[in-house]
Amino acid sequence: MEVQEHKFKVIGTRPIRHDGADKVTGRARYGADISLPGMLHGKVLRSPHAHARIKSIDASAALALPGVKAVLTSADFPKLAAGVVQMGELPMNPRYMSMNLMAQNKVLYDGHAVAAVAATSPHIAEEALKLIKVEYEPLPHVQNVVNAMKDDAPILLPELRTSGAPEKKDKETNIANQLRFARGDLEAGFKAAEVIVEREFDTSMVHQGYIEPHNAVAQYNPDGQTVIWTSTQGAFTARDQCALALDIPAGSIKVVPAEIGGGFGGKIGLYLEPLALLLSKKTGKPVKLVMSRGDVLRATGPTSGSHIRVKMGANKAGKITAAQIWMAYEAGAFPGSPVGAGCMTVLAPYDLENLQIDGFDVVVNKPKTAAYRAPGATNAAMGAETVIDELAEKLGIDPLEFRRINGAKEGTAQPAGPKYQRIGFLETIEAIKNSPHYQSPAPKSGNGKLRGRGVASGFWFNAGFQSSATVNINTDGTANVVTGSTDIGGTRASCAMIAAEVLGLKAEEVHPVVADTESIGHTDMTGGSRVTFATGYAVYEAAQDAVNQLKQRAATLWKAKPEEVVYQDGVVSRTTNGNESLTLKELAGKLPRAGGPVTGRASVNPRGVGPAFATHVVDVEVDAETGKVDILRYTATQDVGKAVHPSYVEGQMQGAVAQGVGWALNEEYFYDEKGTLRNAGFLDYRMPTCLDLPMIETILVEVPNPGHPIGVRGVGEVPIVPPPAALANAIYRAVGVRMTELPMSPAKVTKAILEKTAKK
Amino acid sequence: MASKVYVETTLNGEAVEFLCEPRQSLLEVLRDVLGFTGTKEGCLTGDCGACSVIMDGRVSCSCLVLGPEAQGKNIQTVEGLAQSDKLHPLQQKFLEHAALQCGICTPGFLVAAKALLDRNPQPTEHDVRYALAGNLCRCTGYDKIVRAVLDAAAVMQGR
Repeated sequence: MEVQEHKFKVIGTRPIRHDGADKVTGRARYGADISLPGMLHGKVLRSPHAHARIKSIDASAALALPGVKAVLTSADFPKLAAGVVQMGELPMNPRYMSMNLMAQNKVLYDGHAVAAVAATSPHIAEEALKLIKVEYEPLPHVQNVVNAMKDDAPILLPELRTSGAPEKKDKETNIANQLRFARGDLEAGFKAAEVIVEREFDTSMVHQGYIEPHNAVAQYNPDGQTVIWTSTQGAFTARDQCALALDIPAGSIKVVPAEIGGGFGGKIGLYLEPLALLLSKKTGKPVKLVMSRGDVLRATGPTSGSHIRVKMGANKAGKITAAQIWMAYEAGAFPGSPVGAGCMTVLAPYDLENLQIDGFDVVVNKPKTAAYRAPGATNAAMGAETVIDELAEKLGIDPLEFRRINGAKEGTAQPAGPKYQRIGFLETIEAIKNSPHYQSPAPKSGNGKLRGRGVASGFWFNAGFQSSATVNINTDGTANVVTGSTDIGGTRASCAMIAAEVLGLKAEEVHPVVADTESIGHTDMTGGSRVTFATGYAVYEAAQDAVNQLKQRAATLWKAKPEEVVYQDGVVSRTTNGNESLTLKELAGKLPRAGGPVTGRASVNPRGVGPAFATHVVDVEVDAETGKVDILRYTATQDVGKAVHPSYVEGQMQGAVAQGVGWALNEEYFYDEKGTLRNAGFLDYRMPTCLDLPMIETILVEVPNPGHPIGVRGVGEVPIVPPPAALANAIYRAVGVRMTELPMSPAKVTKAILEKTAKK
Repeated sequence: MASKVYVETTLNGEAVEFLCEPRQSLLEVLRDVLGFTGTKEGCLTGDCGACSVIMDGRVSCSCLVLGPEAQGKNIQTVEGLAQSDKLHPLQQKFLEHAALQCGICTPGFLVAAKALLDRNPQPTEHDVRYALAGNLCRCTGYDKIVRAVLDAAAVMQGR
């Protein structure tokens, strides 16, 4: 496909987002803002044990409490067969999905749902939870991924067998899946190396940390139809999962997507919607469920903790001769960690002849992991990108130059096999090299402060998937764009801008709408950095469809052939027989006499996904006594394809850097020896505040994606990949110690400094 | 005995009366009793600032205030920022700087920023970061929020 080279009029500008006024005045309706007449409030009882058999549940005292209308347990759920259904970025197993919604026979983690209550107020529902008697038989638990792989480890799921293993064993295991990507001759590659670096890494489980807790309101009607209002990354995905979990037709459910207060991948899977539906069915009233922050941290998200071994060799010229990586990811209580993506992304920025990557998906007694922004790539990059830094250092080559020598470009084969089309990795390296930040002298240590600079790169695939859009021409010549994509960070604006570009309108003359599951064609979830790419593609095609119809209408008016009519910059004109022309506004007023309303529509499943690359540089200051790491300066660059609304592209990069900094320096799931999560709140699960960060400089590199009519690449995910490695590399320059654990908290940095001092 | 407490307060400049249970937080009263859902719930432990309101001139987490404590107080929420058909300069600058993505933390940030500018009309970048450190945003990395507040301060000072 030829990418349009002409100058854009709307794309690349920075209009005010269409949903902005609603969001700064408090009028935007998020899931928890929905209230219905007669609505009941639900709460969920959660396991205090990491692993236990449920011997009995007695809800009689709870049901006797005035105001309590219903109690739900796993007995109310259909028993589903095991299998695999692909939904969005991650495969889902209906049986495990059901077991995660409500524990059956066993609880598998602290926070696992055991029962739910509906009552006339949230306070009464909470009191009722305390009256439900659950008798548990605690079982040994395992939470560390390496321990969970041992032969004598406590077993979470007795029926689980390892898929993808070279030899099939009919033996109980916690290893759900193993996979390998390999090519070339590893041994020969390491023999050809001048230097070899080998290190092991441990990274902690971390949470997406969206500020809005999960929520759902369901209203079941006696005719079997249900309406669900929820803050979800995908209304259709929510509907289909709900139908799957409850074994009811998807067509019996309408999901109305509320505004969403952040998701980052964590609001694709379901936790509350099926519970709300069942409670509404039981009580005959609408039921609302909103999680507490503790519930969010104990039972939703997170992404995998991991153990990673990296061995890489390079020759004198700086060419990587061999790379061997072994990684085991915590899946949480049910299979499905992003280890596959970890394997496929970890070396993807580089052109390698000899490599072997092994991945293991391992169940542990922690919450089932969910997608988190470039799932699986960030912790993997912590391993590979710090080892690359060390190789470069040992060879005396600048770390950016080392990456350039090995960098992937058009035609390079990815570790997973396919060859890249036009990509912009080398351009990101060049952009950082030329940035004011990298051109400035690296910060020097002094006065008890240790300072250093680090760089790192990252890769993410981006996703395509299905999207639908309609473009309706209004009687005044403005337009509405209807999509089914949750707007999680400004995609209403980008979709409206794409339609405006095609129609020759101003951005503010196009009004974008995110519709419910009965008002737009099927659209997959907001995830995989896909909305501006794939839904934007559908909008582009729908707007073209509208243009074609407008041309036909004009031809009807002029009694001309459609091919005699052209449409440009919002004006239809006739190429033959005089100079008749109409503005879109004029034509819109004449549509009733020219064949009727114009509704452009399109549904797409685009294949031309353009992968994204990022390179970051960071300067840090480490307090030699406390080990606290402060960020002095941060610059992120990325191949963004074509930035439709540059402010929101920058925003994606800045937000992802902040999350990556949290992952690198502070955030971790902290479990005690009983397997209880001890930091299930924002005070102790410490995310970066604005006082922890400097301004985050961004450089947008635009290498258009040849697979998209406007050149769009996904931008949301890849910028979270480099930060932990870039920070580790900067900390090394500051204190002289290679950090191999995340988070690099003050305690760990202090320990590293003390150990280094002791060695001297 | 009645299970609810009668409370008189001032909300965004208007006299308001309501009945609430003693255990209901001001956040719950605002959202579920009075229908002012612009103030958001993020944690209920005073750690995220999504529920920030200005109470007698000070930023407070409304999740940590009980409904009956609003008696006789002057409370401002995000709904009170815009005047008739005109956005407050902070709201306008948040839009111009793209200082919001999902928008759930935005009401709390606007309220905390308003309280800052009320007492310090010419804040430095550090002043802004310090004043907003009680508000968590997970989408923006804070860069554009801080710029928006500094720009709003400049505009309000006629600079």
